[in-house]
Amino acid sequence: MRKLFAFLTLTAAALIVGQAQNTRIVIVGGGKPRLAVPDFRGSGDAQNVMGAFNQTLTADLAGSGLFDMVPKTSMPLFVPQQPGDFQQPPAATAPRASRRRDDLDLPPTGGGRWMRDWSNPPAAATHLAFGYTAAQNGSLVLQGWLYDLAQPSPATAQIIGNRYVGSLDEAGARKVAHQFAADIIMAGGGQPLFDTHIIFTSTRTGHKEIWAMNADGSSQRQITRFNNITKFPSVSPDGSKVAFTSWAKGTPAIFVFSVDPVRDLRFYNQRASVNGSPSFTPDGKQIIYASSAGTDRCCRIFVAGLDGSGYRPISSSSAIEVEPKVNPKNGNDIVFVSGRSGPQQIYRMNMDGGDVERLTPGNGEASNPSWHPNGQLIAFAWTQGFATGAFNVFTMNVASRDYIQLTHGEGRNENPCWSPDGSHIVFASTRGRGSSQIYIMTADGKNVTQLTTAGENFTPVWGK
Amino acid sequence: MFTKRNLTVIGLALTLTIVGAGCKKKVAPPAPPAPVQPPPPPPPPPAAPEVTQFTAEPGTIQRGQSSTLRWEVTGNTTSISINQGIGAVQATGSQRVNPSDSTTYTLTATGPGGTRTAAATVSVTAPPPPPPPPPPAHVATIEERLSADVQDAYYDYDKSDVRSDARDTLTKDAAALKAILSDFPNASIVMEGHCDERGSAEYNLGLGDRRASSGKEFLQQLGVDAARLKTVSYGKERPQCTDKTEECYQKNRRVHFAAGQ
Repeated sequence: MRKLFAFLTLTAAALIVGQAQNTRIVIVGGGKPRLAVPDFRGSGDAQNVMGAFNQTLTADLAGSGLFDMVPKTSMPLFVPQQPGDFQQPPAATAPRASRRRDDLDLPPTGGGRWMRDWSNPPAAATHLAFGYTAAQNGSLVLQGWLYDLAQPSPATAQIIGNRYVGSLDEAGARKVAHQFAADIIMAGGGQPLFDTHIIFTSTRTGHKEIWAMNADGSSQRQITRFNNITKFPSVSPDGSKVAFTSWAKGTPAIFVFSVDPVRDLRFYNQRASVNGSPSFTPDGKQIIYASSAGTDRCCRIFVAGLDGSGYRPISSSSAIEVEPKVNPKNGNDIVFVSGRSGPQQIYRMNMDGGDVERLTPGNGEASNPSWHPNGQLIAFAWTQGFATGAFNVFTMNVASRDYIQLTHGEGRNENPCWSPDGSHIVFASTRGRGSSQIYIMTADGKNVTQLTTAGENFTPVWGK
Repeated sequence: MFTKRNLTVIGLALTLTIVGAGCKKKVAPPAPPAPVQPPPPPPPPPAAPEVTQFTAEPGTIQRGQSSTLRWEVTGNTTSISINQGIGAVQATGSQRVNPSDSTTYTLTATGPGGTRTAAATVSVTAPPPPPPPPPPAHVATIEERLSADVQDAYYDYDKSDVRSDARDTLTKDAAALKAILSDFPNASIVMEGHCDERGSAEYNLGLGDRRASSGKEFLQQLGVDAARLKTVSYGKERPQCTDKTEECYQKNRRVHFAAGQ
């Protein structure tokens, strides 16, 4: 995505020429676009939902990590609401006769009516998103524009000029904000997160239960109601099912539920003191998990059908082996956690249990591996360089084993999981006030945004 | 209304009138009719039976005691009975009754001369409440026994082998567990494996399972019936304490004994 961004256009003239509307954000000379998103205003009944609208639009764009966001305090006072609000500055005037008061000789401005008011300091934006909303026939209508401020006049500056329609309430305001933000993010070469979901564990009812929410933290909803310990969700590749571990029947056992509507799809658990850590294979047709079946010692890696039938062990170690995750690209590569060499580490093996190799060097404790959708990177939690139990989020190239640290000791940082497009990572962290909450960040570890506040929240996974 | 006798008199009078009218000739007048004989008086009605006695002695009893009904009926009777389930009785008799609640008995004597009834009531009072039973000797529940007699076994970080202090603990526990299992022959005991908060929650599922299993094997070697020991791993999901100190971590690295369901 960043590569798309880095498109360099050597001739600015090519952009200027012609009436055709641009469809892509291009930054001459590279670097991130600097985006100004002033607060939009709404007319009539639309006024009441503009708080939700502006919060959503700004959060989506800032959270994408694609843009440097212009602080609102640096923006001009006048905010254009439609293209007709722009004025052309008058032709340059002759130098003043008197030069005695140079320090006060500020350049003239249009107060926000000229494009250069936005591209000059202090806003110094390269792009401006503006528009307005109105109530029309009982619906909320958003007119949204994105302008390239490097253009000489409004006539050629438009990258996006669209009309979006939603319901006349906060949900509708968030929807049109998400859609407008998605268009801006795609113009910037990114993939919008809007319409993806995060499944996680929450204690907010007094029990650990499985919950779901949208990727911006909205629409948090309870999936399970066992009133017991229910944890460790994973989500099917199409987002329609979740698998998780619950003590609802006494010992930890695996359940598979459909999400909408919520229904127990009845996974058969083989007789064992522990069946846990389930995840889906990339074809969505099997569950791979950890079980003490057959050895009375937790746990070996097993694979079974979606209903638990046809189960068979894959690994044969006598150590604790948990959290198997199948490579989403080739379906033939499993990363998992094992204690076979001592403290828990990340390992890789073939689907038949062969070619086992340790990926992490052996120091500290490593856990929670999760595949990037490209099948080449994993994210995981590791205590390397920190005290026992002080996990941080890392990513690793599985082939080269080069790793990058993304969090740096702000509380415990665990259970990283990539967004479906690989642009973001969701994780659980005890940063802040010490309770575990769900956060997302861009894949480079920046733009950290907190999504949950109620109760404690753990073990997020990201699905469609 | 005419009675039978009146009709007879009228009939005779009519007959005499007709006969008289048909005899205009000088015929010796007939003899006057015989004077009408008055009909014999009806027999006296039979005497109605008489209940000369119907008593309940004593008239008041405590629940569970009995009373005696006595009765005597004179006169011509065709049936004598007492209700409340006693039924037909002789003209003179007695009957023990022990009603549970106050009851009124009705004696009915019927004869050609009529029906007579008499009632006798037995009032029943509640007996005084029994003295309260002596308080039962307190029998400890299995939960109380486990809490008092069986200690948790503690483990090292990321380890599930039974260390030396846990061997001593479990050896004492074995004797107590045998006694408890003997006193509660239908009970089972759950060995819960717990972990401190530092390792990953997923890995700790396995570690807690192994701690419970190794503890169970140790007890089995000491003769505790393994079939009645169940294991469950709670990983780090149910800590005893949440302080970030080694003291708290050690408290959480344990096998705990609980009553089975």
